[in-house]
Amino acid sequence: MKNAITVARKEFRTYFESPIAYIFITAFLLLVNFLYLWTFFVTGQADMRPFFGFMPFVFLFLVPSITMRLWAEERKMGTLEVLLTLPVQEREVVLGKFIASFLFLLVMLALTFNIPLLVGVLGDPDWGTIICGYLGCLLMGASYLAIGLFASAISDNQIVAFILAIAICTAMLIVGEWFFLILVPDVFVPFFNFLGLGTHFESMGRGVIDTRDLLYYISVIGVFLYLNVNTVENRTWV
Amino acid sequence: MVTIENLTKYYGPVLAVDSVSFEVAKGEVVGFLGPNAAGKTTTMRVITCYLKPTSGTVSVAGYDIYKHPVEVRKRIGYLPENNPLYPEMNVVDYLNYIAELRQVPAAERSRRVKEMIGITGLEDVLWKDIGELSRGYRQRVGLAQSMVHDPDILIFDEPTSGLDPNQIIEIRKLIREIGREKTVILSTHILPEVSATCDRVLIINDARLVASGTTDELINRAKGADVVTAVIKGPEEAVYQALREADFVGEFRKIKEEPEGEEAWLSLEIESTSGDIREKLFRLVVEKNWSMRELKLEKMSLEEVFAKLTTS
Repeated sequence: MKNAITVARKEFRTYFESPIAYIFITAFLLLVNFLYLWTFFVTGQADMRPFFGFMPFVFLFLVPSITMRLWAEERKMGTLEVLLTLPVQEREVVLGKFIASFLFLLVMLALTFNIPLLVGVLGDPDWGTIICGYLGCLLMGASYLAIGLFASAISDNQIVAFILAIAICTAMLIVGEWFFLILVPDVFVPFFNFLGLGTHFESMGRGVIDTRDLLYYISVIGVFLYLNVNTVENRTWV
Repeated sequence: MVTIENLTKYYGPVLAVDSVSFEVAKGEVVGFLGPNAAGKTTTMRVITCYLKPTSGTVSVAGYDIYKHPVEVRKRIGYLPENNPLYPEMNVVDYLNYIAELRQVPAAERSRRVKEMIGITGLEDVLWKDIGELSRGYRQRVGLAQSMVHDPDILIFDEPTSGLDPNQIIEIRKLIREIGREKTVILSTHILPEVSATCDRVLIINDARLVASGTTDELINRAKGADVVTAVIKGPEEAVYQALREADFVGEFRKIKEEPEGEEAWLSLEIESTSGDIREKLFRLVVEKNWSMRELKLEKMSLEEVFAKLTTS
């Protein structure tokens, strides 16, 4: 665990070593503020439902770009050979990188504080719902991160990792959305609906914490981190 | 310290290392010599637990690479080929990071890092990003990284590739110093490097270990009889006659003759039948009242040994 924290600290610092991180965060904040304020002034409601509504789709492009570098770059540069011949275990490194990307996501989400602030000033929102929504964002974001991290480990090209992560996330997101569900036979609808990454988020966006949703996200994270550890341990690319 | 038995590694259908066995004793500096793609890097990657072999056993300081990979890695310092580093980190941060993952206790860490900086001469670039450093400095960062935890065994994969002649001399000197206390395995395809730094040479070619021994041993094994080149002035036929009659001379042949004619200097390559024949040859020439301008015992170079062992 100590090693995981060391790796996490280094990776987290590395994010902020390059100006890309700042540009990236700025772009994200501009985008979500724009998207939110647009609907906010149209509907005139002091809640954050629309914000949490578009989050699964914003994350689709955002999160894979946080994780795409983490393994692919090390593979390409060869630094993985140094890292994996240190007395550390693969799972510690996987966990460290995951923690670092999660902290980065946390920073980005924290910087959207102006939106709840605005809602709080202009109206009287249900704070429980908002906190629950943010929690949902973190869980869903963490699932995307685990998927993106795995995608990064199976390629030595960041762009490939990025596209692959979007593909997997999109597939896991749309199986639960209405426009996919109308195409499948009725008996499978609850199953696919349950598999969808966004389904479990919707209820949290409404302020409902269900253990099934928590378990779902934790399982997705667990499965992809496990696949990641496997990929790194086998390292069939060398 | 390092024991390898019947190590075999396939990459899919490609055989990279074919049942290689060798041992490296404590304190030895061993050079791994071979043409590119001979299997040197693969062997090193197996020893450092980066790659799992297809078959064979490897143990490092008594620890098996399958059962105790973490224990093995703790005892090894490794400089991979091309010395991969994080370009965005500065030298001090990088060395601290590696020291931390190397489980150097927090209390000793800064002392160890400082020591490494001193040994490898990195004082001038401490706070520079690694990406901005010259190749020579980067190589030193790589060496510092590999030694920061004071390991018993050091493995350097082509430690001088891409450096200029001055840097090469410096790095070799450093490796020789390290080799006084530690077990070192280094790979190279540059022959003088081996004679300059290693106690023992392992020659690997086409995935197989083809020879092992000290530089002198290999040279003795590869060459046939001692060969002397002599440049003699005398009547050509009489010289040949005398050489044919001398019991210490085996085969001989004329390499060249200059200038042409009576007063020519004959360059001869003469095989010995009994060790160093230079003195006997000199006395023969004096006795016959000829002249001699050059007399040299040809030593087979490691290049020739290498060529002989890797092309047959």
